[in-house]
Amino acid sequence: MLSVRTLALATAALSTTALAVPAHADPVEIQWWHAMAGKNGELVNQFADEFNKSQPDYKVVPVFKGGYADALNAGIAAFRAGQAPAILQVFEVGTATMMAAKGAVKPVYQVMADAGEKFDPQSYLPAITGYYSTKDGKMLSFPFNSSTPVMYINKDAFKKAGLDPNAPPKTWPEFFDDAKKLKAGGSACGFTIGWMAWTQLEVFSAWHNKPIATDENGIGGTDTKLEINGPLQVKHLQDLVNAAKDKSFDYAGRTTEPEAKFVSGECAMIQTSSGGYGVFKANAKFDFGVAPLPYYPDVAGAPQNTIIGGASLWVMGGKKPAEYKGVAKFLSFLSQTPIQVRWHEQTGYLPITKAAFEETGKEGFYDKTPGFDVAIKELTNKAPTENSKGLRLGNLPQIRDIVAEEVEAALNGTKTPKEALDSAVSRGDVLLRQFQKTAS
Amino acid sequence: MQRRVVFDGKLLPMLLVAPQLAVTLVFFFWPAAEAVYFSTQAQDAFGLSTEFVGLDNFRAVFADPAYLHSLGVTAVFSVSVTLLAMLPALLLAVMADRVVRFAAVYKTALMLPYAVAPAIAGVLWLFLFAPGIGIVANMLRWLGIDWNYVLNGDQALLLVIVAAAWKQLSYNFLFFLAGLQAIPKSLLEAASIDGAGGFHRFRTVVLPLLSPTTFFLFVVDVVYAFFETFGVIHAVTGGGPSKATEILIYKVYYDGMVGLDLGGSSAQSVILMVIVIALTAIQFRYVERKVHY
Repeated sequence: MLSVRTLALATAALSTTALAVPAHADPVEIQWWHAMAGKNGELVNQFADEFNKSQPDYKVVPVFKGGYADALNAGIAAFRAGQAPAILQVFEVGTATMMAAKGAVKPVYQVMADAGEKFDPQSYLPAITGYYSTKDGKMLSFPFNSSTPVMYINKDAFKKAGLDPNAPPKTWPEFFDDAKKLKAGGSACGFTIGWMAWTQLEVFSAWHNKPIATDENGIGGTDTKLEINGPLQVKHLQDLVNAAKDKSFDYAGRTTEPEAKFVSGECAMIQTSSGGYGVFKANAKFDFGVAPLPYYPDVAGAPQNTIIGGASLWVMGGKKPAEYKGVAKFLSFLSQTPIQVRWHEQTGYLPITKAAFEETGKEGFYDKTPGFDVAIKELTNKAPTENSKGLRLGNLPQIRDIVAEEVEAALNGTKTPKEALDSAVSRGDVLLRQFQKTAS
Repeated sequence: MQRRVVFDGKLLPMLLVAPQLAVTLVFFFWPAAEAVYFSTQAQDAFGLSTEFVGLDNFRAVFADPAYLHSLGVTAVFSVSVTLLAMLPALLLAVMADRVVRFAAVYKTALMLPYAVAPAIAGVLWLFLFAPGIGIVANMLRWLGIDWNYVLNGDQALLLVIVAAAWKQLSYNFLFFLAGLQAIPKSLLEAASIDGAGGFHRFRTVVLPLLSPTTFFLFVVDVVYAFFETFGVIHAVTGGGPSKATEILIYKVYYDGMVGLDLGGSSAQSVILMVIVIALTAIQFRYVERKVHY
């Protein structure tokens, strides 16, 4: 850098016009690879811009890399070539993969400590940070965009069917009952479900305080086995199969595809990510409400609390100390209340700090947009237990696909719910053992 | 009699083929060699630990019931797509060849799908047939057909076969049309004078003379069905439901990019490469005998 400065000074000395000479070297560039498209992507760029303008030493460069899987693959490929970005956004199911990659990542708590940034894990919402922390509460990655499943109801369809639009079903029996009434009362379908494996098995289990896998859902170690074939999950899948038989339930795909059926008014209720709020707000031609997920009232301790989905920011390993300092500063910047409030209100993703949640409430945002706080309330319903603080399984993207495949087999009648879930567990466990081998 | 072009010296012809050779080396041989190398290694996604495992990856692939299932799906898929892309194309080409008025309009319309990118084609079919938003899907439901390809594997497979075949139809049509127009009129007239009817003429004169074109398309379509249909499947079904549409190329992608299992995925691509090379060799060895040039 010396030569550049010498040159700059020489130029300044020689030139007759007053040249603005930077008193320091060029800002350190920090690559941030992400998978935020559309509106979310615009905000990402804004945050980076504001951070870059707020100080002269570091320059965050956000790069859009496609979908979550694409971003993760791009990050991995870049790491192998020695060109990894400093910050990589990874979806929650990739958490175990990133954690196992010792040397490829640098835990966030360490990045903050090395840089001497003020960092208080207590100021974050434990229901969110728990998912990305070690057993003893050290934050490994920075929860950037988090969501949780909620239930949306079409209030107009409720009125039409003679149901009270301000009293959404609270329990599963009520939910199935309302679905039948809605179908009889003119809706083409009673309900549909997005992100089936996540909402109806992972989160469903946590919501009823049932384990998803041994070893605290995998947080305790890689020697973990799936437990989603318990009597409650089998009973629940049987109920869903029955609802599909009488057409009060319409299955429409594994991820966000079913959301179109709710927006079009075809299905009167949907359970899907809280991140769907913005899409529904923009496109639904009817009045809709948001409500907590239903629960089985005969299960002790239900409802417990939900777990999150979404993605977090991982700091990649092998970078220079100056870059890590900048990363730490940027993560502090992202944790600021005004930034978090904006992110929350404009995207529907959850704020990650207690302060941001309180601030949003004080602004009266939740009064103006009823139902927007359902997600937070579900997450913080009770103090998380071993079964509900999170989930950390290797090869989770494929395990989710396996679960979806088996659920599909149950829904189209080729397997009984018990057979389907047993098969999901045995196939999933094979992948868990594979992961255990590579991770140890 | 063909006029033979002869170059003086060796430098110019080598220079002329060099760019093509370079492209083939960089975009085919090099990645293929990498795949062969990776298929013998077991490594984690980040490449932090690598060990040589010989043929273990291949053993694991062949012991995997999902892989054998994918082989079966690929067989059904590629045969169906090839037939469905070729037969209607031939019929349309024969029809278009006979049209006098507005011939250009018909021909252009028939060639249009070829200009659509595979992923876009997939999305177009999705908008027609997706349960819930699809126009055709809603019509089918209205007719009382339980159309839901996200649950029904047979419907899903049918849909991607039709979508993939539709995409390739134009290409085949174009070549068949060119082939038909290359057939000397005098031959057909002679056959007519001898009293051969329309279909008889087609069977005994046109088809044999078209055989080089047919053979060429057969080879190209099989390769297309094996590889280039990825975009359509990715956009429409993502290999589902329950792997009903997971053809080999999709499984290579899924296990490598989603599963991050580079060794297994590379082993699969090596096997896929061998299968397609073998198929093409068989075609040239046995099918080509029936071709009259």
